Amino acid sequence: MEEAPQRGRWRRWWGRGVALAALALAAGGCAEPWNNPYPAREARANIYYTDFQERPKHLDPARSYSSNEYAIIANVYEPPLQYHYLKRPYTLVPLTAEAVPKPRLYDARGRRLPDDAPAAQVAESVYEIRIRPGIRYQPHPAFARGPDGRFLYHHLTAREAARLRSPYDLPVRATRELTAADYVYQIKRLAHPAVASPIYGLMSGHIVGLRELGRRLDEAWREARARGERWLDLRRFELAGVELVDRYTFRVRIRGHYPQFVYWLAMPFFAPMPWEAERFYAQGVLAERNIVLDWFPVGTGPYMLTVNNPNRRMVLERNPEFHGERYPAEGAPGDRAAGLLADAGRPLPFIDRVVFSLEREEIPRWNKFLQGYYDMSGISEDAFDQAVRVGAGGEVSLTPALRAKGIRLQTAVLASVYYLGFNMLDPVVGGLDERGRKLRRAISIALDYEEYISIFMNGRGVPAQGPIPPGIFGHEEGEAGINPYVYEWRDGRARRRPLAEARRLLAEAGYPGGVDARTGKPLVLHFDVTGGRPDDKARLDWFRKQLARLGIQLVVRATDYNRFQEKMRNGTAQIFTWGWNADYPDPENFLFLLYGPNGKVRHGGENAANYANPEFDRLFERMRAMPNGPERLALIRRMVDIARRDAPWVWGVNPKAYRLLHAWVGNAKPNLMANNTLKYLRIDPHLRAARRAEWNRPVLWPLALVALALAAAVAPAVAQWRRQERRPPLEGAGP
Amino acid sequence: MIAYIVRRVLYAIPILIGVNLITFALFFVVNTPDDMARMHLGVKRVTPEAIERWKRERGYDLPLFWNGAAEGAGKLTETIFYRKSVRLFVFDFGRSDRGRDIGEDIRQRMWPSLALAVPVFLAGLLTHVTVALALVLFRGSYLDAWGTVALVVLMSISALFYIIAGQYLVGKLMHLVPISGYAGGLDAVRFLALPAAIGVLATLGANARWYRTLFLEEADKDYVRTARAKGLGELAVLFRHVLGNAMIPILTGVVAVLPLLFMGSLLLESFFAIPGLGSYTIDAIQAQDFAEVRAMVFLGSVLYIAGLLLTDISYTLVDPRVRLG
Repeated sequence: MEEAPQRGRWRRWWGRGVALAALALAAGGCAEPWNNPYPAREARANIYYTDFQERPKHLDPARSYSSNEYAIIANVYEPPLQYHYLKRPYTLVPLTAEAVPKPRLYDARGRRLPDDAPAAQVAESVYEIRIRPGIRYQPHPAFARGPDGRFLYHHLTAREAARLRSPYDLPVRATRELTAADYVYQIKRLAHPAVASPIYGLMSGHIVGLRELGRRLDEAWREARARGERWLDLRRFELAGVELVDRYTFRVRIRGHYPQFVYWLAMPFFAPMPWEAERFYAQGVLAERNIVLDWFPVGTGPYMLTVNNPNRRMVLERNPEFHGERYPAEGAPGDRAAGLLADAGRPLPFIDRVVFSLEREEIPRWNKFLQGYYDMSGISEDAFDQAVRVGAGGEVSLTPALRAKGIRLQTAVLASVYYLGFNMLDPVVGGLDERGRKLRRAISIALDYEEYISIFMNGRGVPAQGPIPPGIFGHEEGEAGINPYVYEWRDGRARRRPLAEARRLLAEAGYPGGVDARTGKPLVLHFDVTGGRPDDKARLDWFRKQLARLGIQLVVRATDYNRFQEKMRNGTAQIFTWGWNADYPDPENFLFLLYGPNGKVRHGGENAANYANPEFDRLFERMRAMPNGPERLALIRRMVDIARRDAPWVWGVNPKAYRLLHAWVGNAKPNLMANNTLKYLRIDPHLRAARRAEWNRPVLWPLALVALALAAAVAPAVAQWRRQERRPPLEGAGP
Repeated sequence: MIAYIVRRVLYAIPILIGVNLITFALFFVVNTPDDMARMHLGVKRVTPEAIERWKRERGYDLPLFWNGAAEGAGKLTETIFYRKSVRLFVFDFGRSDRGRDIGEDIRQRMWPSLALAVPVFLAGLLTHVTVALALVLFRGSYLDAWGTVALVVLMSISALFYIIAGQYLVGKLMHLVPISGYAGGLDAVRFLALPAAIGVLATLGANARWYRTLFLEEADKDYVRTARAKGLGELAVLFRHVLGNAMIPILTGVVAVLPLLFMGSLLLESFFAIPGLGSYTIDAIQAQDFAEVRAMVFLGSVLYIAGLLLTDISYTLVDPRVRLG
């Protein structure tokens, strides 16, 4: 008798379930994707979406020195110069300056020298930089003043600061004009002990008086701290080598001739810093809320960082006070055909907001790019096969699945080098004698970097032929550019010399078949590496096997990062891998890695191999002060030939960057030197919204299937249990 | 009981000093102050002078434990250990070596961690107990046998697999929720649904099996048999008698982890880009930020001790036979 109401109950539940499912399916048909990680109101907004993998360490332009930090601050701070977005080779152009400054050279007695004077005669070079009037800072509470002219927020109380999450929570913001004094202030900050600028050591060797200023600031800061003060007004301190000429002009005096200084003027280290900003952020009540200059920049650039939650996201918003730079009207050959000049002369920036979301892991990052939630992406090792096909001739193309989505691929050889270095102070692999040279050259031939690039880098690199990577003056392509000690030119391409030649060189070095002819013992070399994690095993095995072909035993000495660095500083490493990314597009920035007085062990410099060839050093000292031209190229050729002959490095790889762009991204051209490129990009948000909706329709049937499967699995057991429950306790018991 | 709690709190002080000492020693065995300076200043163009200035500015130019050059108590207090440790005991974590206020960072990051950890904890407890009870209800049936096999399979799979498979199926193929990300307020539900479900599923195998064992042990006891003999239905027996008594070991195990919910989950937060505390310590170790490392280890120790204390107290609440003295 209870069966009928029971059935009725089941039917009601079933009916409700079907109705809910229908509702969900109807909702699934709506235009707005369910998996959109951004607020629905942004769906058609002019916003560029990108990601960051780890929180930046510093956003203070005097401290920041890594690419992930530059990706943000280069769009906020404006040094006097920048790189032309489109032109190649990379060309410096004015940003806030009126012109790219040319140094005036003086001898030791203060007499003006001609521009082409030999570097040895030059005692001082002077750069005079004139800033364009009328440039204004982004609106910021640091500039806000009351009716009496006093700053509103330079003396905040703990109560006033208690609810602040960002400086932009303060209601009044103001701006002021950029002046040359702000640039002078920033150069002084490089010497401030609390700022701890990474280039203080380097710049104090170049800028007259910077080291002396550093010493005075050390003392003054100690005293200020003892008095409980948190800010030093650097306007009170003189810097002998930096002079404020007038409101818009300043001069920098450089010791000797250092023409590369002009490139530093395009880096955020030399961006302007208004003293008001430093004063504002020096307040302890703000520091307790993590509202500091290192996290909330104040600049004149196209964007201002309005949200900075380094654990979640950072947001750049259009600076309403931006000085109206325009898109370049000329570029490299082919740029017009590629549509890169369509926006010539239009005011920058094109995008209203840039949202950087924290994305630690590669898999979600890649999938969100494919769903249209990131506008550009690199290609991780794991995703490479999904994204790219490599043809028999090494040509790369996108997979059909990505092409169908309208995704484009851009590649560029980076101005970087990853090399295998020999410690030239080591008695076995080092030295400039013929024995050492031949041993190193034998190893250089045996290490087949073409294979390395293919196996471990998905083909994303080119074997380096010398210390200067492609795109930098002095790099040569074709037959003229090959390293003749490792390659030969056959059938129109560079081919690695045969292993037999490596074996012959090894024998001539005194190690026939990998055995030391003097002692009869096998040649054992030590490869110093960091990590030694399971992931590295295949790579390290590869190195071992390559040298085993010569009979050389390679012993891997894995250690942690700190101990490895210590070995490098002490000169106890024997063979190691190292790398360098260009600071600026000048051959000096790579050849100085082989300059003797820059040796790591003796001088604490960046010459990790401790290579010191007097002839190379002499040529370097001449070359570094010369302008690019045939004479400089001739010197570079000689230097590169010396280095190739001595082989302190196995020249390794110049890596290639692969970048994917969605169809709605415009004006994108890889620029390996400039970091302030967001202002040139264009987005079609309507196309993006349409594609997102098309690619992300909710799929609900698997849920129903799982629910049905579960119900089907459980139902018989439930039925049995119900039968059991209805059975009288003693049913079936015997009399 | 109050005397017991006070005594346990006092015991915690030498434990925390010991933990701090060990953290300090281990950290500085691996990283010297020079290494820290190099890490913070970057790998390019760093001069010895810059390193000295960095250390001086942050107080890392002092000796580690003993300052022979100082006078009197200064021999102990003018050291890195004293300067960097003593304020922890009043929960003043100070500034990180990267310049951020650690207390503020923890306050900001603990909410997203809790937003994920609390639902995972509550839904997990409910689901695991329900599944275990269901298996006990159907014990001896095919559902019990295959259910137990399924639980063993579930507990044999790495948590990472659940995360990747969950993101792939639910986020990528079915497009139901964002693959990763976070938002405040109610919108957080969209971002937390998948990681919370994965958090529950990833621990289902181990927990439900354990609970099932506890329930089965209770279900065979005399008082349960008596209840059945008196004609009580199986559901009533399970919920009124078995569940209540088996909850004692479950609750005591659960209470111990309550305070640690603040610390978040490294894997879930990392893969789902949830800005919690889970990855804070790992980030700090990678960045060689000693100030953050010691603060997080100290906080973890305090929460762990608090968890053990709560466990002791919970015994007295759920089992009247236990008295703390």
